[in-house]
This record gives sequence, structure tokens and C-alpha cells, in this order.
Amino acid sequence: MHEEIIRLVNVSKSYDGQQVLQNINLGIGRNEFVTLLGPSGCGKTTTLRIIGGFEMADSGDVIFEGKKINNLPPYKRNLNTVFQKYALFTHMNVYENIAFGLRIKKMDKEEIDKKVKEVLNLVNLRGYEKREINSLSGGQQQRIAIARALVNEPQVLLLDEPLGALDLKLRKDMQLELKRIQQRLGITFIYVTHDQEEALTMSDTIVVMKDGKIQQIGTPQDIYNEPVNAFVADFIGESNIIDGVMVEDYYVEFAGRGFKCVDKGFLPNEEVDVVIRPEDIKLVPVEEGMLEGVVESVIFKGVHYEMIINGNGLRWMVHSTMMEPENTRVGMQITPHDIHIMKKVKTE
Amino acid sequence: MVKSAFKKIYTFLIFLFLYAPIIVLIIFSFNESKSRAHWTGFTFKWYIEMFRDRQIMSSLYYTITIALTASIIATVLGTIAALGIYYMKKTPRTIMINLTYLPVLNPDIVTGISLMLLFILMKFQRGFFSMLIAHITFNLPYVILSVMPKLKQLDNYLYDAALDLGATPTYAFRKVVLPQIAPGIFTGFLLAMTMSIDDFVISFFTTGPGVSNLAITIYSMARKGVSPKINAVLSIMFAGVILMLLIINNRMSRDNGRKENVV
Amino acid sequence: MKKHLMAYPYALWMLIFTIIPLALILVYSVITIDDAGIHFTLDHFRRVFEPIYLAVFWRSIKIATISTIICLILGYPMAMILASKNLSKKSILVVLFVIPMWMNFLARTYAWMTLLERNGLIATIIGYFGIQLPSLLYTENTVILGMVYNFLPFMVLPVYSVLVKIDKAVLEAAEDLGATPFIVFRRVIFPLSLPGVSSGIIMVFMPALTTFVISRLLGGAHFTLIGNLIEQQFLTTMDWGFGSALSVVLMLIIILSMGFAMRYEKENQGGGLW
Repeated sequence: MHEEIIRLVNVSKSYDGQQVLQNINLGIGRNEFVTLLGPSGCGKTTTLRIIGGFEMADSGDVIFEGKKINNLPPYKRNLNTVFQKYALFTHMNVYENIAFGLRIKKMDKEEIDKKVKEVLNLVNLRGYEKREINSLSGGQQQRIAIARALVNEPQVLLLDEPLGALDLKLRKDMQLELKRIQQRLGITFIYVTHDQEEALTMSDTIVVMKDGKIQQIGTPQDIYNEPVNAFVADFIGESNIIDGVMVEDYYVEFAGRGFKCVDKGFLPNEEVDVVIRPEDIKLVPVEEGMLEGVVESVIFKGVHYEMIINGNGLRWMVHSTMMEPENTRVGMQITPHDIHIMKKVKTE
Repeated sequence: MVKSAFKKIYTFLIFLFLYAPIIVLIIFSFNESKSRAHWTGFTFKWYIEMFRDRQIMSSLYYTITIALTASIIATVLGTIAALGIYYMKKTPRTIMINLTYLPVLNPDIVTGISLMLLFILMKFQRGFFSMLIAHITFNLPYVILSVMPKLKQLDNYLYDAALDLGATPTYAFRKVVLPQIAPGIFTGFLLAMTMSIDDFVISFFTTGPGVSNLAITIYSMARKGVSPKINAVLSIMFAGVILMLLIINNRMSRDNGRKENVV
Repeated sequence: MKKHLMAYPYALWMLIFTIIPLALILVYSVITIDDAGIHFTLDHFRRVFEPIYLAVFWRSIKIATISTIICLILGYPMAMILASKNLSKKSILVVLFVIPMWMNFLARTYAWMTLLERNGLIATIIGYFGIQLPSLLYTENTVILGMVYNFLPFMVLPVYSVLVKIDKAVLEAAEDLGATPFIVFRRVIFPLSLPGVSSGIIMVFMPALTTFVISRLLGGAHFTLIGNLIEQQFLTTMDWGFGSALSVVLMLIIILSMGFAMRYEKENQGGGLW
């Protein structure tokens, strides 16, 4: 496991009476790639800004290497940030931008030269020292922003939706590159995004947030395979979420029939959300299926087909590499460990 | 805390510096005696005298007539010009835009004397019309510079869409383009009015005997010394400018609001 | 369709009433007219460089420069305060700054005349303390005061409009990289505000250099700046040639100083405020 470097203890924050963070408790390990994931307005950016020192928490503590840093201004914190729209200094060239932090530390010229060169190599922009910021493409500006932060050798790098402004192809490349840089430097990355795919690809740990509260903390596999509630299940990948009743341990009823499952510990006959991933539903001949339905629509998604199947008054989303034509009657098979049972989230 | 107190005191001092003279000026326009230092009682008599003063009334008349006429002509000519410039190719457009900035950047005194030279050499009687021409000349850039940004904001597809739906070019212009740039035209008109009412230097050089606007009259009166009558005139002008600014400001913020809605 | 033709009446108007008049000044500055006809001459320009006129230029440039510097020193902190204030109060303060700018400058100058004259409010108030002041009017400092008063908003507003546009994230980035508030100001805020400072300088320096009204009303009948000199040539002594030469030199000084101030205005960010 990772040794802990940052801990948030009971951090809360509100703007104009609106609670944006509620009792956030979170430990972040050394060398870990942690992603704060959630829809806009969930408090992920605020959390990052509190760690960076740009906002003060209303209550709670921010602990950095065992010390409280609640009131430490950003310029005294040993972490650096890559901002959403890069926030590069347009009145300086690439070299000056990257050297900014080093100059403040009164490092001597040769040392600065050396470090700038190294970090430019790291982000694959060798020889760009003299370029003006406005002459760079979005992807290049992105790399400069990362270089400017990394050159200070922070123990923790904060990244606030750094790839949001890039196009899809570039975003994919940068994801891999960021991961490579993180592994090579061996420092902590705290990464904010609303893109679940990005989070799944890059992170060691994902923190799913909603309405200022942490929903789930876990590895990408945990979060994907064992979402703790319907919100997480729906937000991470696509899911069929069905109302069900947990009749007894290991036995659930939904869609008009009973299923074996692997969950337990609910009240008898408790109402629950049943989550089934579209790729976990197998299409079989009608007579072999646990459920049956009619294919309503078929869309080719590149690798698989996405089919909507209407059965038992419910619409099921099914992903499969085999296509069934529209209006075919099909059977559906679900194995017990693919049925995820979740407590109903009380809707406010 | 210390910092914010400093900010407040500094802001207060600067605003005191800016407004105290104006406020004193207005207060003493209601002073009974001619003294500019001792308050001797409230009166409207300087305002009444002002309205009885032939010279002031005639310059008020010229100020308003010239400002209105000049800004209407400048608005029409300027709007048409802005459209023309907008549809020009790049090079002539750049030339025209730079030409438009020329009178804005040229010192007023040079604009004034150069026009005066022109009128004298063309044997053009200096007076009402020469001043009117001068005002149109310095108003035109303000109209164009107000209309151009609106044209640039204009979605070109709107005009195409109107044509696509069967509108003739004239109809499309009247019903689609014109309403879109109308706020800019109106702002330009108000700006031109304000500049015109406010102008002293250029009017001073381009007018002739018997024709003067308020600014010129005030200047010649002030050169002879101070009089509460001038306070009265200036107070009224001040009120007028504030009224005008409120209208412009109101319009601009409404325009901005509309823009934000679109975005 | 030839829509661009619509610009032609305007172009013609500008040709007759802007370009030709300016050309006339250029022509008059290098000719003399006598009974024998029109001759080319450089006498007018030679006269401009006589010590007594050079002194006037020097005085005008000095006063305009001092006024510009005072406006910058007073105005920059004000612009920063305006840009830092938040929400509704800010827009009111900004509008309050704009209003005097739109007030007739004769009015603004006249207001100071009444305050500063021998029987004016300031002399009277100070008189209560038993101090008799020499005339506050008709000195060089009075003229500078009048210029600062008239042109201060022209410095504050362009600087303000650049400062409010600075992306907050850029300042946070600087802090994030270890810059203390002072370094953030020196290395980031100030350099980024330079376009605004340069338009502010132009907008103060230019009218301060060319005015003849402020100097006449606050400096008295014998206080001569370039503006007054030019006015005299055209309205009193009727020496158009010399007046034109003075104007040409004045325009050259302005173009030079604008070029100097514009060096920082690479992207023309501050140009939006005329």
C-alpha cells in the first residue's frame, strides 16, 4: 500500500449558504494516481482548490505529511497545479514560463537552464524554449503547463480537468503520457475529471463524488465491478438499473421473477436497486433464457452492438459482439455474480 | 484589515478629489450673493438670469440644433459607411478603418485649425454650416466604431437563412440585418450627440461671428472671470450629461445582457 | 452586388474634410505667399527652433509629462482597487469614474477656477486659520493640477479594463509556483497591465500636450503652451505658415511618443477604450 501524504479530515465548504462540500474525509498515498470523479457541481474542483490552498475550508483540516496546512497560502505549499485552461503567462515565452518557479527559488542560471531542458524533454517539447505561448497549439500549451508545474519537483501535482479543452485523439494520447510521466517521476497526482473513461484508464484510485459528498473510493476495478450505489453504477459506464426486492439473502426478485445472487445482509423484502452491466447480459435462444424480450433497436458501436430489448415491460440495454436483427424474440441469461444489489439512495 | 481600510480611504480621497469641485460648483449656483466662498442664502435667480441672457439662450439653441443635425447626418452616413466597409476586401477595409481612427487620434486643436484653413481657402462663410460640417466630421468615426462591432458579431448565416427562406436582399437587410445592428447605431447616435454637445476646441476654430455654442460662450465668459450664471449653465449641462450617460449605459448593459443570453 | 460602394460617400467626406485639411497644414508649413507668388521655404520650421519657442515646447512637454506621471501614480492603485472590488458595488464605482470624464472639460476646469481664485473657497477656508495665501491661480502647479484633475479618469479606466480581464487562474498559477503577492504583482500583474498603462499614458499625455484651454484658464493670459501658441498664430497674429509648422512639429511629437508608448501594446488589448 501507499504511505499517506495528504489527508482531508471532515472538510466542509459552502458558498453563499450553498453547501458544496460535506464532511469530506480522504487519504491520499505517496506516488498514488488519485482521480476525483463526478458530474459538474459535485465539489471535485473545490476539493482540489482546498488542497492547493486557493480556497479555505469552512471547517475540517488539510494534513500534508502529518502537518496541518489549513492556513498556508499556495506559495508556501510544496505542491503544484496544472490549471483547467493552463493559465500560462502570455507575456513570457516558454522558457520564462517554466523558469518562473525556479527564479523565485533564486536558483542559479545554469541550474535553471538544465532543469528547463530536462522538463521540456520529459513533455516531448525539446527546443521550444524561445516560443511565444500564443504561437503554440492547445496540446503544446497543455504540455508547457505540465512542465511548468513539474519543474518545481513537487511531491504532489494537482490537475484540474487538464485535458478538457483537447480533442478526443489528443486527449487519449495525453492520458497515456500523463500516466507515463507520473510513473516515471514517482510523485502523487491528484486528478479532477468528469470523464469516467479517463478516470478508469489512468487512476490507481478513483474517488466518486456527488453533491459534495464522497460516494465511493476504490480501484477502477472495484468501482466498475462493485459500485456501492446506483449513482456510481450509472456514472461509471452504462448500466441497467431496475427496481427489485431482496426477498432473503442470496435471493432477489425483479422483472417478475426470482434470481439467485451473491449479495446478503439486507432486510427481508427490502426494496433495492438491481444493477446489471449491459455486457453481462447474454443473449440466448428464447427457450433457454431467464427473461425474454423483443429487440427494439440495434446500433453498431465499433467493437460491439448495442441493443435495446423490450421484455417484461422493461427496456434492457445489452452489449454483444453478436447482432440479433430488430424484432427478433430473444432470451436473456444473467449469472448470479453479475447481479449487483444496492441499497436505494434516498432521493432528496 | 489594514489593507482594506487603506483601500477605502484611498478610494474616498480620489472620489473626493473628483467630485468636490463639481459639487461645490453646483451648490454655489444656488447662492444668493456672487461670493464663491460664503453661503448667503438659497436662490434660483442665477438660473432665471441665465434664461434671460440672450447670448446664453442663442448658444443653447445652436448647441442643440447642431448636435441633433450633425448626429443624425453622421448616423445615417456612418451606418451606410460601416456596411460598405464591412463588405470591403481586406486591404481597402484596413485602410478605411485606419482612416476612421485618424480624427479620433488627431489632437482636436489640429483638426480645428485644419478645417478652419479649409473653410477660409474655399471662401466658405464660417458660421452655422461650417460648424455643422466640422461636427459631422468628428462624429462620423464614433458612429462607425459603434456599428462595426455589431456587424462583426452578426451571424452571416442569418442573412443567408433569410434569403433561403425567400426574402429578397433588401427585405432580408431590413428585417434581419438592420434589427441586429440597431443597438450599435443608436449607441453611435447618442455618442455623437454627447461628443457634439461637449465639443469646444473644434467648434471654437470652425465657427464664425454671431454663432457660438454653449462651450464657446462659457469659455469667453470664464476668460473674463467667474460668475454664478456660469455655475448655473454648467450645472444644467452636468445634469444633461448624466441623463445621457444613464440612457447609454442602460442600453449597453441591455445589449450585453442579450449577448450573454445567446452565449 | 457591390455593397462596398456604400463606403464611398464616407470616403469622399473624409478626403475633403480630414485628409485635405491636414495636407493644407503640411503645405502651409513650407510655403510663403507674397506679391510675387508662392515660394517654398523652411523659414517657419527654422523659427520653431528659436530658443523662445523651444522653451514653450519644452515647458509643454515637461508639464504634460509631469501630469501623466502623477496620473499614473494616483491612477494605478485606484484601477487596482476598482478591479479587485467585487460585485454590484464595483460597477457603481466604475460608473462614478466615468461620469466626470464625460463632463465638459471647461466645466471641470472652471470648477477649479472658482475654488482657487483669491476669494474662492479654498483661500477663504485657509484664511480662517490666519494664513494669507498668495494667489493660488495662474501658476505652473495650478495648470498641472487642472490637467491631473481633467485626465485622471483617462488613466484609470484603460488600466482598470485591462486589469479586470486578467484571468484569475494566471494569478493563482503564479502563487502556486511560489510567488508571494508582491512577486505576483511585479512579475505577472504589472507586465500584463502594460497595454492598459500605455493607452492610459497616450490618453493623458496627448490632450495634456495639446490643450490651450486649461493653460489659459488656470495659467492666465501669459501662460503659454504649444496649444496657446498655435491658437495665437491662427486667431491673433494670423501667421498661418508658422502656426502650421508648429502644428506639424506637434503632430510629430505625438506620433513619436505614441510609438514609444505603443511598444508594449503588442496585441492591442488596451485599445478598446477611446
